[in-house]
Amino acid sequence: MIAQDLAILLPEILLAVYAMAALLGAVYTGKDALAAPLTWVTAGAFVLLALWIGTRGGGAQIAFDGMFVNDAFARFAKAALLLAAAAVLAISQDYMQRRGLLRFEYPLLVALAVVGMMVMVSAGDLMSLYLGLELQSLALYVLAAFRRDSAKSTEAGLKYFILGALSSGLLLYGASLVYGYSGTTLFSGVLEAAGEGRAAIGLLIGLVLVASGLAFKVSAVPFHMWTPDVYEGAPTPVTAFLSTAPKIAAMALFARVLFDAFGGVVADWQQVVAVLSLLSMFLGAIAAIGQTNIKRLMAYSSIAHMGYALMGLAAGTAFGVQAMLVYLAIYVAMSVGTFAFILSMERGGAPVTEIAALNMYSRHHPGRAMAMLVLLFSLAGVPPFLGFFAKLYVLRAAYEGGLVWLAVGGVVASVIGAFYYLRIVYFMYFGEERAEPVEAGGSPVLYGMLMASAIVMLVGIVNLFGIEGAAAAAAAALVQ
Amino acid sequence: METLLLFAPLAGALIAGLGWRAIGEQAAMWVATGLLFFSAVLSWVVFLSFDGTTETVQILRWIESGTLATDWAIRLDRLTAVMLIVITTVSALVHLYSFGYMAHDENFGEGQHYKARFFAYLSLFTFAMLMLVTADNLVQLFFGWEGVGLASYLLIGFYYRKPSANAAAIKAFVVNRVGDFGFVLGIFAIFFLVDSVRFEDIFAAAPAIAETQITFLWGSWNAAELVAVLLFIGAMGKSAQLFLHTWLPDAMEGPTPVSALIHAATMVTAGVFLVCRMSPVMEFAPNAMSFVTWIGAATAFFAATVGLVQNDIKRVIAYSTCSQLGYMFVAAGVGAYPVAMYHLFTHAFFKAMLFLGAGSVIHGMHHEQDMRNYGGLRKKFPYTFWAMLIGTLAITGVGIPAVLFTLGGIPIGFAGFLSKDAVIESAYAGMGGVPFWLLVIAALLTSFYSWRLMFLTFWGRPRGDKHTHEHAHESPWSMTAPLAALAVGSVFAGMVWYNAFFGHTDTVAKFFGIPYAEASEHAEGESAGADAEKGKGAHHYVFAGEPGQGGLYMAPENTVIADAHAVPKWVKVSPFFAMLIGLGTAWLFYIRDPSIPKRLAENQRPLYLFLLNKWYFDEIYDFVFVRPARGVARTLWKRGDGDVIDGTINGVSMGAIPWLTRLAGRAQTGYIFSYAFWMVLGIMILITWMSIAGGPR
Repeated sequence: MIAQDLAILLPEILLAVYAMAALLGAVYTGKDALAAPLTWVTAGAFVLLALWIGTRGGGAQIAFDGMFVNDAFARFAKAALLLAAAAVLAISQDYMQRRGLLRFEYPLLVALAVVGMMVMVSAGDLMSLYLGLELQSLALYVLAAFRRDSAKSTEAGLKYFILGALSSGLLLYGASLVYGYSGTTLFSGVLEAAGEGRAAIGLLIGLVLVASGLAFKVSAVPFHMWTPDVYEGAPTPVTAFLSTAPKIAAMALFARVLFDAFGGVVADWQQVVAVLSLLSMFLGAIAAIGQTNIKRLMAYSSIAHMGYALMGLAAGTAFGVQAMLVYLAIYVAMSVGTFAFILSMERGGAPVTEIAALNMYSRHHPGRAMAMLVLLFSLAGVPPFLGFFAKLYVLRAAYEGGLVWLAVGGVVASVIGAFYYLRIVYFMYFGEERAEPVEAGGSPVLYGMLMASAIVMLVGIVNLFGIEGAAAAAAAALVQ
Repeated sequence: METLLLFAPLAGALIAGLGWRAIGEQAAMWVATGLLFFSAVLSWVVFLSFDGTTETVQILRWIESGTLATDWAIRLDRLTAVMLIVITTVSALVHLYSFGYMAHDENFGEGQHYKARFFAYLSLFTFAMLMLVTADNLVQLFFGWEGVGLASYLLIGFYYRKPSANAAAIKAFVVNRVGDFGFVLGIFAIFFLVDSVRFEDIFAAAPAIAETQITFLWGSWNAAELVAVLLFIGAMGKSAQLFLHTWLPDAMEGPTPVSALIHAATMVTAGVFLVCRMSPVMEFAPNAMSFVTWIGAATAFFAATVGLVQNDIKRVIAYSTCSQLGYMFVAAGVGAYPVAMYHLFTHAFFKAMLFLGAGSVIHGMHHEQDMRNYGGLRKKFPYTFWAMLIGTLAITGVGIPAVLFTLGGIPIGFAGFLSKDAVIESAYAGMGGVPFWLLVIAALLTSFYSWRLMFLTFWGRPRGDKHTHEHAHESPWSMTAPLAALAVGSVFAGMVWYNAFFGHTDTVAKFFGIPYAEASEHAEGESAGADAEKGKGAHHYVFAGEPGQGGLYMAPENTVIADAHAVPKWVKVSPFFAMLIGLGTAWLFYIRDPSIPKRLAENQRPLYLFLLNKWYFDEIYDFVFVRPARGVARTLWKRGDGDVIDGTINGVSMGAIPWLTRLAGRAQTGYIFSYAFWMVLGIMILITWMSIAGGPR
């Protein structure tokens, strides 16, 4: 029995063992000298794992009496977050190295966070949920404070940690309420206890609290306050990481809890999720307008984008989940490219994050400016770029799920949000020439990732690289 | 061959318009001109070798949607063949002429390239016009119709730096839209009735249409009458007939070769062509046809009166064009379609020549267009003078009246003499009364203003700027050669094709490929006409085709052409005397005693101003249509768009959103406790809301 269970967990186990072994090995051997190769090896391992998981069929497998679920949904999420993490490692190596930040713990912390995420998306029990969540979060707290000699980075890590602890507490409180009212921590048991239609008040409060804890992880309003500060303070590669893989994991976990444990009382949580979605979209759009720092801007941008992803979830249908997964995949692809661009912004070797510094960027770097233009248009949801189709997907899901008001709100918010993306384009192409232009630094990897991302935004409109089908299968596995 | 002929101008337009940077401006101009001459030669070959049977050359299947199936095809019949030579010949000559005329243009600075663009537009126009006349269905015809409209717009506004040119271009476009609205309604009505836009189907269904009633606007109408009127409204716009004529004089803002090609010889005659093309439907709509006649006669008269007092040489000729178009519509309106085509055909030669001659004078006089500043230019412009003289003799209708002398049945005279007399005789035979008299008076006025133009320009003493007169010079060969070619047409075109267009019924029917029969087969209806013809014994044949057979359709009972030959003698000589009176008056006014016009203008001041201001049409339209429309538009713009829409958007985007942004910024304090406070507050609100509104079990 146990051997079978372990076989199902094999990818997680392998990654965890690799991380620990590498940690020990590096401590006793080369230490930071090994950081660069370790980064690449870890990224390679992520890619291999993603390929393995992606091609590993076999329907839904359950391990440890239901605590761990390996179904199409989990596989989709895992493959996506592994690839995202690998991409972020690839673009961060050069930046970290040149600023003396590349310690050998960096890739391994990322690997441990990824293990946590993989457990999260496979959770079938409140216990494994919490286990994965905390493993991920602890690694992320450390990563946020990775630049120890920087007050801002330390502040970011501390804020993240304290607020994360608060949210964990809320989540645990909710989990205990759920346990108290259903007598089990297994999602399948909760599903049974909650029944169909309306849930009992205790379960309902538990649900709200659990949802709040998860909303913190996806930085949905009003649990978003940490996001701009942490994004700004953390080293940029870490910001890139925070805005990609953990978002997939948290959204997937959110979906799993809502459908696996509370799938019978959709009407109860649908309104909550819809309101979180609406608030996130509008706050993300409105607050970003006032930003002058591109990392803070990206923080609000990610808040708004999570609002759109939640819109798919709020639809409460299989198509909604499919839309959410497609949205996440496209969002991550855009984010990686955008952060590759931000990582390459520097002046005299020092990183630059001021938006105003991009004035007339196109004159000096027409190719990069054009790629960034494509990405920004895509982020804003302008056709014919991929970002538009992502938005179209979730809007359709919301409309078909009966949430017309939410879809209308999403359209209005995207109009508001377009302003700050287009303002960057304006700076790059029509702004005033400042004394010192931004240089385009960084390794060819950054350039390649930026260009690849921009090309994906254009070419992807042909068939979305076939992720629609995979997302549909994943959604079907989750929503019975 | 037809296909080559049709697409050569398009190729010229593309090469000159898009490729001149690659091959150079001169080469581009030569390519466009060469292709046009090629096209013209082919057209003459087609015309002369054409035997009268209708051919259709399919090029491609164009539109297929539901029951609407449209080919892109060439329908070649006599009507098309006539138009082909008119269009390509005049266009080729105008291309050549433009080498000289457009060589230096003060509207463009040094180093600016405009010539290739000009030639590209000319060729594009020619292509669109050919599309129009070769169409085998109404949609394709409409494509050409709009194509020439576009080219006309581009060429009127060619001097795009001149505000007046831009205004004229827009005016031409907008006025044509009014006509086109009628035209498309006509096409819709035909599609509604026949379920096809192909000419063959429409013509075959014409008798049935005449039996149908159709509800439109407030009443029920005979379908054939309604369709005919709607199509004619389109023709009125394109051919500048009364009420929709206001754009044509303003269109003279374009370069003179454009005026010659588009606004004299070809595009403006498209309306006449349309009426003739739709003759199978028109024949079944007698009321609509009398409407056509009245409008045509009124236009002929109105434009001639305005032409009397204009001082701009091009405007005089423009009103003359307008007037001559009225003649053509009268001929078509009374059912004498071949006569309408006859006048169209001859008019193309002498009117193009008059314009090109005027252009030559304008060119030599450094773009002075006011005839009051001309005078005594005979010596300075010898070739141009002779060309203009021939053109004037042609338009005023100089010749030997047929009652005095004919050569084997063909009267001797300039082209306009024959065709105009044919129109007037047809008008008398077909309708008589007021339209006939209007045409005769218009002939008198035509003679007066045409000779006025000649006398003011070439006779008398030089007036105006001395310097300009000293530097006046004859134009280069590229401008005089086309004049010579057109002069040949102006002299002989009328006589050579007299029998074909206006001979006996059988020669006309043969020329247009219409079946005909012995009169005896239709004896009962013909006896009266036959009696009238007794003396000549010419009335042996009648038209006997079905609608759609041949280039035109003339009902068997339509004997207007035969009747026209049998009109009283005083009718036949009336245009001749009208011409003589006009010539004499002009001589009196401008050679004998040049002070008369001034005295007359002072004595009859209101009349003079009325004519000078073109019957105040522009002012009335401005008051009735333009100002109210502008008022409504301004209200919607300032109040609706500016205040309501922009106001809302500005208010939201510059007021509300930044305020919210500041609010969100202020909430982001940076203190952990406030962040935690928001989280807890959010949870409290959510739980409260869920507990109350969620409705627990």
